[in-house]
Amino acid sequence: MFDLQGYGPLLLQGFKLTVLVGVAAMALAILLGIGGAWAKVTPLRTVNWLAGLYTTVVRGVPELVLILLVYYGVPTLIQDAANGLGYDVRVNLDPFISGVLTIGFIYGAFATEVFRGAYLAVPAGQMEAARACGMTQVMAARRILLPQMWRYAIPGLGNVWMVLIKATALISVIELQELMRASQIAAQATRLPFTFYAGAAALYLLLTIVSMVLQQRLETWANRGVQRA
Amino acid sequence: MDWQIIIDSLPELMDGMWLTIQITALSVIIGLAIAVPLSILRLHPNPAIWTPVYAFIFFFRGTPLLVQLFLIYYGSGQFSGELRSVGLWTFFREAYFCGVLTLTLNTAAYTAEILRGAIQGVPKGEVEAARACGMSGPLLYRRIIMPKAFRLAWPAYTNEVIFLLQATSLVSVITLMDITGVASKIAASSFAFYELYLTAAALYLALVYGLLAVFKRIEYRLSGHLRAARDSQGPALR
Repeated sequence: MFDLQGYGPLLLQGFKLTVLVGVAAMALAILLGIGGAWAKVTPLRTVNWLAGLYTTVVRGVPELVLILLVYYGVPTLIQDAANGLGYDVRVNLDPFISGVLTIGFIYGAFATEVFRGAYLAVPAGQMEAARACGMTQVMAARRILLPQMWRYAIPGLGNVWMVLIKATALISVIELQELMRASQIAAQATRLPFTFYAGAAALYLLLTIVSMVLQQRLETWANRGVQRA
Repeated sequence: MDWQIIIDSLPELMDGMWLTIQITALSVIIGLAIAVPLSILRLHPNPAIWTPVYAFIFFFRGTPLLVQLFLIYYGSGQFSGELRSVGLWTFFREAYFCGVLTLTLNTAAYTAEILRGAIQGVPKGEVEAARACGMSGPLLYRRIIMPKAFRLAWPAYTNEVIFLLQATSLVSVITLMDITGVASKIAASSFAFYELYLTAAALYLALVYGLLAVFKRIEYRLSGHLRAARDSQGPALR
């Protein structure tokens, strides 16, 4: 039953693209998460409100709808806006870029909550002490706050990554040839849907297992300065 | 922004919303009914019992829902002969059945894992007290462990139900006309992409935060005994 009929390389190609999309989207999500967490704890009211709006809306709308909205909606929105101004433009988003941007944007909202929690978990005295030693706000954040935040953030970020990597399967609906799309193509060509979707499932499981091991290592690394009880 | 097309497609979107609610409710109820025994079996000391349960949970939590959906909906086609001979093909041919089945199994796996954590979180003293009163087996679970576990699991379970509600949008990929399905269909024929997807997003937002309010309300009810205790410990003078 597990004769891949020459479609093995296609699946592997898709697997690589899935990992690539996942890593790129995760990097974007972490950046957005740090920015979003800052926006949530800063004293500026408008910024707080914007960050609240971002996490509320993104976490309340299905990923699939957001992906479709970005991939199909944004180009038509830009075209309509340009037409209104008397220009005629054609916008075509690259599936890879729009996939990474959408997934990163969605999970940035989840990462925001993770980083906010991690920020609140670092005792305020740490930053005060750093400032008292003469460090600037930025330097203190880089040297004192962030290294300690990682310790609290990594378990949460691990969860975000696990959900994110599975969400990348959704961008197969915008025709990017990642693992899910590749197995769809193979399943249709060979008329062995079960075989190929089971193969894809096995590869996703492999990713999950590897991620779990890596997360364990990262947690050990982030906790290297902490005495075990 | 073309408001007219949004207004014109609202009746159809409402039909889609009804399907979304229907699928969510069915999967949540059946999924919970499966998850309760699974979570108990997951904690069974015998590896021959907990290993298959753990494998089920691990598979459904470790693979994307879309893969599971395609595996059941399209994958069953590979076994159409066998399924037909046992009379199950009429079910697996239906996108509705496959959609509900996949979502049910998926939420059962996640819920079982949430409940497992909650059962382990039940204070040992309460179980010991119940045993000292002579309770054991099903009675102990029904009266002491499960009610407490549900209370502990409720916030996490709320999240799971919200995720499931959002996950139902995937059934649009296997041709079902839920909110996303209706929005995609109208968008593809009218090219009003952002109007329809934004409306769909707004409908989901309303559903999600409506459901969240209901679940918070239940959480408030469930924690009644804790609330009273906290108030009485507070300052005597107001």
